[in-house]
Amino acid sequence: MTDQAYNFAYLDEQTKRMIRRAILKGLAVPGYQVPFASREMPMPYGWGTGGVQVSAATLTPEDTFKVIDQGADDTTNAVSIRKFFEKTAGVKTTEETEKATVIQTRHRIPETPLSEDQVLVYQVPIPEPLRFLEPRETETRKMHSLEEYGLMHVKLYEDISQHGAIATSYAYPVKAEGRYVMDPSPIPKFDNPKMADCPAIQLFGAGREQRIYALPPYCQVVSLDFEDHPFDPSKAEHPCNLCGAEDSYLDEVITDDAGGRMFVCSDTDYCRARREAGHVGAQAAAMEEGANA
Amino acid sequence: MYVAVKGGERAIDNAHAWLAEERRGDTSVAELSVAQIREQLSLAVNRVMAEGSLYDPDLAALAIKQARGDLIEAIFLIRAYRTTLPRLGASQPVETAEMACDRRVSATFKDAPGGQVLGPTFDYTHRLLDFKLAAEGEAPQAPEAEPGAGATPHITAFLNREGLIQTEPNCDDMPPDLTREPMELPADRALRLQALSRGDEGFLLSLAYSTQRGYARNHAFVGELRIGAVAVEMEVPELGFAIEIGEITLTECETVNQFTGSKTEPAQFTRGYGLVFGQTERKAISMALVDRALRWKELGEEDQGAPAQDEEFVLMHADNIQATGFLEHIKLPHYVDFQSELELVRKLRREAEATSMLEAAE
Repeated sequence: MTDQAYNFAYLDEQTKRMIRRAILKGLAVPGYQVPFASREMPMPYGWGTGGVQVSAATLTPEDTFKVIDQGADDTTNAVSIRKFFEKTAGVKTTEETEKATVIQTRHRIPETPLSEDQVLVYQVPIPEPLRFLEPRETETRKMHSLEEYGLMHVKLYEDISQHGAIATSYAYPVKAEGRYVMDPSPIPKFDNPKMADCPAIQLFGAGREQRIYALPPYCQVVSLDFEDHPFDPSKAEHPCNLCGAEDSYLDEVITDDAGGRMFVCSDTDYCRARREAGHVGAQAAAMEEGANA
Repeated sequence: MYVAVKGGERAIDNAHAWLAEERRGDTSVAELSVAQIREQLSLAVNRVMAEGSLYDPDLAALAIKQARGDLIEAIFLIRAYRTTLPRLGASQPVETAEMACDRRVSATFKDAPGGQVLGPTFDYTHRLLDFKLAAEGEAPQAPEAEPGAGATPHITAFLNREGLIQTEPNCDDMPPDLTREPMELPADRALRLQALSRGDEGFLLSLAYSTQRGYARNHAFVGELRIGAVAVEMEVPELGFAIEIGEITLTECETVNQFTGSKTEPAQFTRGYGLVFGQTERKAISMALVDRALRWKELGEEDQGAPAQDEEFVLMHADNIQATGFLEHIKLPHYVDFQSELELVRKLRREAEATSMLEAAE
């Protein structure tokens, strides 16, 4: 049921129009951070208000909406955001990646490849990839306009000289269409390759920081690296203990206080679909017992 | 044994139910009414209106009740509500020189036209717990006098007559609207004052205090502090002239600051300005001090690198709703990021271990 006290998808049409203009500009200049007049939403800043505003401006009544946080549909904040749009937009929701037309995500890209009929909306905490090198917005905007990215390369180089490897494991910076260095949001670097040449539209919303940016379909996205230290999208070297997948990003779960742990897919829908298709991981039986207990 | 992390939805519903019960507290104690909060916790109501940027004492009181007295939570409720309200238009600038003052003090002159009016202030109370208040039923009555006739002129206007205080440039441009356009830096003074007026009282208090202690000291005197009601007027297009649509209580503070002059300007006094909804004296004074500190460039002063002089630092961190949201979001799950860090640290340690073993073998 739609709550009649609010407009479709909560925001008024003027606000949605303003956000859509920012989205279109973002799509036209991949990776460029477009300032927008972010509204106060009924959930806190830092909890997905940017993503929520972008989703609100993107959703139509015919859409099917999916929300994930850390790859999972059932984490509390994902539940909360999904409920918000069920209430204010009355759209169909799903946990199945293939069935969704708009997917809002925090910190992950689904394992199932996306299609041209889908929009992936990222929640972004700090949209500025240079922010932790230079805290001033006035400076970083200048650096982007002059394509002055030396500082970023120096940082990556210093990592290598100090640790022997680039010590950035999530929110690993990328360059869009050979121009703007962009923050992919805090996804693990394992997900970075999925952004490139992606058939879906990728939209990024940062509510508190008042920025929107975007990647159009089939956009070139390159993770920054060096010829002799190529980008390495690593993950835990285990298969999923529930579905046996070897190609998915894994969460580590502590199972007892004696160092016991197991690895499970962070993408809950992917893991569920694989188990339903008959794939079995090393501890799947134990998990069934646990669920039934 | 791994138990699937399901049931988020039910957990949320149960948490909300428990929260509602805790909000009500012991049901053998009478429930607070919104009117009681509005009347008896009026300074909390004023802070919520000021930082919530919405002048509505009833809604602010409701928000305080709903937020269990957490004022930042209450401010958040008001902000989220106000953003859904339609904009019918903009009022005329309020005329604070016409204020019906409840309180008006100047620290720079012993007396001035309009006089010193203490009003309902804590200033000279001894901070001794009043145990009589713990007993109920008291309705104190203050002596009354006839209200002063005519408007109370601004103190700084007297200084201005001699040219001793800097004249503020007049500007008829429509000021930018912080709530409708993204913040752009550098910000002009109108935008800065908007941000300060809804900024967090604690943050501004500390920044203002830091200027007093030497981080961009600007020798502020409270030229005038006034609290009272002003009329709000709005031009109605169908009528073609402005009509009064209501009255609001404001606190206004003008500081008089020393200025020794620069290459371009003779020595004269300068001002800092604070204007806040409701009786919010601490906030208005803090705002005036921070406003003055932020004006260093315009006045040709030196950049001392002090936090209160740094426009981007002050404006980007003054909003408590932004701050608390981002601060508290670290409670949200971060398994994915943490997992990638875990892998990285393990990998780096493995490599370091291998290297040291190799070195030991050699």
